[in-house]
Amino acid sequence: MNPAVGLFAFLAVSLATAVIGFYGLRVSRTTSDFYVASRTVPPWWNASAIGGEYLSAASFLGVAGLILLSGTDALWFPVGYTAGYLMLLLFVAAPLRRSGAYTIPDFTEARLDSAVVRRVTSLVVVAVGWLYIVPQLHGAALTIRITTGLPSWVGSTAVVAVVCLTVVAGGMRSITFVQAFQYWLKLTALAVPVVFILLVLSANGTPPQATLPINPTGQAAAGAYQHISLLVALLFGTLGLPHVLVRFYTNPDGQSARRTTLIVLGLLSVFYLFPTVSGALGRMFAPGLALTGQADALVLLLPGKLIGGMAGDLLSALVVAGAFAAFLSTTSGLVVSLSGVISQDLFGGSVRGFRLAAVMAAVVPLGFAFMTDTLALAGSVGLVFAFTASTICPVLLLGIWWRGLTDVGAIAGMVTGALLCGGAMVMGALLGAANAPAWLAQPAAWSVPAAFTVTVAASLLTKNRVPSSVNRVMSRLHVPERPVATER
Amino acid sequence: MEQKEAEADAAYIPCIGYAGRMPDSPLFTAAAIAVIVLAVAVVVGVGLKVIRSFRDLGTDAERATYNTLHAASRAGQHLRGGLQPAGAAKASRQLRVLLGCDAFAMTDTNSVLAWDGAAEELRPSLMGLAAEVLATGRTAVVPHVGGSTNKAGHEFSAVIAPIRAGSRVVGSVAALAPAAGAGLVRATSEVADWIAAQLELAELEASRTLLMEAEVRALRAQISPHFIYNSLNAIASFINTDPARARELVVEFADFTRYSFRRHGDFTTVAEELRCIDRYLLLERARFGERVQVSLRIAPEVLSTVIPFLSLQPLVENAVRHGLEAKEGPGHITICANDSGAFAEVTIEDDGVGIDPEHLRSVLAGHTDGDHVGLRNVDARLRQVYGDEHGLVIDTAPGEGTLITMRVPKSQPGHDT
Repeated sequence: MNPAVGLFAFLAVSLATAVIGFYGLRVSRTTSDFYVASRTVPPWWNASAIGGEYLSAASFLGVAGLILLSGTDALWFPVGYTAGYLMLLLFVAAPLRRSGAYTIPDFTEARLDSAVVRRVTSLVVVAVGWLYIVPQLHGAALTIRITTGLPSWVGSTAVVAVVCLTVVAGGMRSITFVQAFQYWLKLTALAVPVVFILLVLSANGTPPQATLPINPTGQAAAGAYQHISLLVALLFGTLGLPHVLVRFYTNPDGQSARRTTLIVLGLLSVFYLFPTVSGALGRMFAPGLALTGQADALVLLLPGKLIGGMAGDLLSALVVAGAFAAFLSTTSGLVVSLSGVISQDLFGGSVRGFRLAAVMAAVVPLGFAFMTDTLALAGSVGLVFAFTASTICPVLLLGIWWRGLTDVGAIAGMVTGALLCGGAMVMGALLGAANAPAWLAQPAAWSVPAAFTVTVAASLLTKNRVPSSVNRVMSRLHVPERPVATER
Repeated sequence: MEQKEAEADAAYIPCIGYAGRMPDSPLFTAAAIAVIVLAVAVVVGVGLKVIRSFRDLGTDAERATYNTLHAASRAGQHLRGGLQPAGAAKASRQLRVLLGCDAFAMTDTNSVLAWDGAAEELRPSLMGLAAEVLATGRTAVVPHVGGSTNKAGHEFSAVIAPIRAGSRVVGSVAALAPAAGAGLVRATSEVADWIAAQLELAELEASRTLLMEAEVRALRAQISPHFIYNSLNAIASFINTDPARARELVVEFADFTRYSFRRHGDFTTVAEELRCIDRYLLLERARFGERVQVSLRIAPEVLSTVIPFLSLQPLVENAVRHGLEAKEGPGHITICANDSGAFAEVTIEDDGVGIDPEHLRSVLAGHTDGDHVGLRNVDARLRQVYGDEHGLVIDTAPGEGTLITMRVPKSQPGHDT
């Protein structure tokens, strides 16, 4: 592929992100537009923003790569990523919006009336955020290496630099617009090449090199345990992602938070059609990529391989742009919400503190990314979901739906989940992918129930510590807002 | 760099799930060693400090005084919430050690709140024993309580002392020991008095909170009478010339007053407040015509932020009245709302005549009445609700216009709109 294509696409996306971020709001309105200016973001617009922030490197590159490698087994990833929003819709979206809390630490502090719980939650949230940024940077490194031939570190450093600069310079002021734009860019960047390739292939009548059911690597299919564990991780992990919850705050009330989530479900379902088709195309027409270890780059390489020439280059540029939109949007969303948490707990919430925290939130994972190797993207993001599901999710779910939760229970649950799941991740990494048994490689199936059990048990043992504010907080979480008509 | 490249490529083994391994690079080893060394250094440092601090704790008498005061102050913290079971239980633990008795209990007028120490089986009978103390308000000694004995086989005696708040008896404390000597009786009644003092402090705290709430309610903004008078006059002038417009304005006026006279809730959202400002400006434009120009730049993320009720409208009214009314020619007001991390930042800027900073300072401090009362009201309420660092920030000079900045936290789980 022409190296200039990748660079050009990266620059264009960074520029577009920065321009929308800085100038999205510069459009001043005059008095006659007062009503327009003071109208809250409509749910579909907010849903696009959530989709834009949520669809990370794992979804954009990883899913297609996994389908190439392991066929229908990999379909559990898009299913889980999407179905996680069903859980969010059913159990979390509306009560959390009503709580008035802006971040997860804010929520736990208000619900349990304890500053210590807040500290512990903050630590966990920061850990989750950092872990989640690392695969994004790996994705960027991979993309830059494959498309331009530059060394890996250039890609991850460039993403961190762009995110830091825009966040620190206040360029994320209209972050909802930026993220909504990124969603549609990502969708276009996957859909257009796939449709184009399908048209070209059916016109040429190119014979496939292999049939769909044949696994190019010849690996054995994963067992039922892996599937269940993966689904547990993805379903429960989505509930606690720091950058997703912040977006719901843009909804004016609980009802529109639910409607937004419903639209997100639709948008995600549409999006995941295309990586799936890409993966299938890869299996039939480019199975060789699986053997050379470039599976995650399948989406990037497919247009060049199957179409080639000028059209192939243009389509590649589009895909690269979409990929960088994925890295930038997820990373910047995480950096913004992490720096909110860090600056509030470390720097007392000053403007300068926020900037410092933003740099901290972005640079630390860059260090991690340098120290670790590029992994299978969808898999490593899946592990972050498992970690979230074993730490934040029990506290969040029980905090919303169970009056008996106490501060001791919450801390015990989070610490247990973090130790079990984190320990399994470290052990799995030390043993190496080939040697790690399934229960270490996919810890969610046992670490999530363990965290729930410990949280409930410790809360029951410390019944006298149920905060006295529990009735007030619970009614605030679950009683629908006053209809606007009676407001007057 | 090239070597790392090769390693990364080689390590890229396709598989399902996690395929990681820690790199064995010298950098990683060095980092691990550094962390271990740092940890050891911290442990050694803390250990030395602790050992050193044990050396100079003073004489036995000094240490006893310290222990007594320490136990008292620890117990005092737990009683700050009033006579509550949770706080009483924690305080009882400290107070039992302080008195050196076998068991210590605390009651209110109806039930036993906490029991710490031995002979817990006597708990149900304590209210019966304490009834007389609660009725008369006099300390009582009950020798040989029930059938319970301590380890040495002695029966317990109880000293029960009333907790008196003002002239009322609000509860009692009981100390159980094998022998209830004069020393224990004196000490127990002192402890009861000390608890009474703590409860009075708790009440003081509660009334301080009430006072603050009352102050916020008293500061609750009102729309200015000038505005009502001016609006009605402006509407009147349209009744003959443009009845349709007059009717529209009356409806706007009704909507505006419905919002600003509402009784419930001390908080609202930025979106609601902006709608109120819109109506307000419509009415002002009926008077000033095209002299008032307004532009808006609102980030949708902050629209649902909770702010004190009527905290933006007075700022806009100030910009119109003090910035533009006094000025010749058209005036421009810019209203911005920005997302700033965990905070929402609202700025209101006018290019009017400005305010003398000295004068403004004395107005905000409450020394001068008259002009800009709305500003002082909003500033005081913001400080009251969010703390002193969230007061209004006002940049102004005579003839230079005024820029007012308000910064509120987005996260306010305690505030209902």
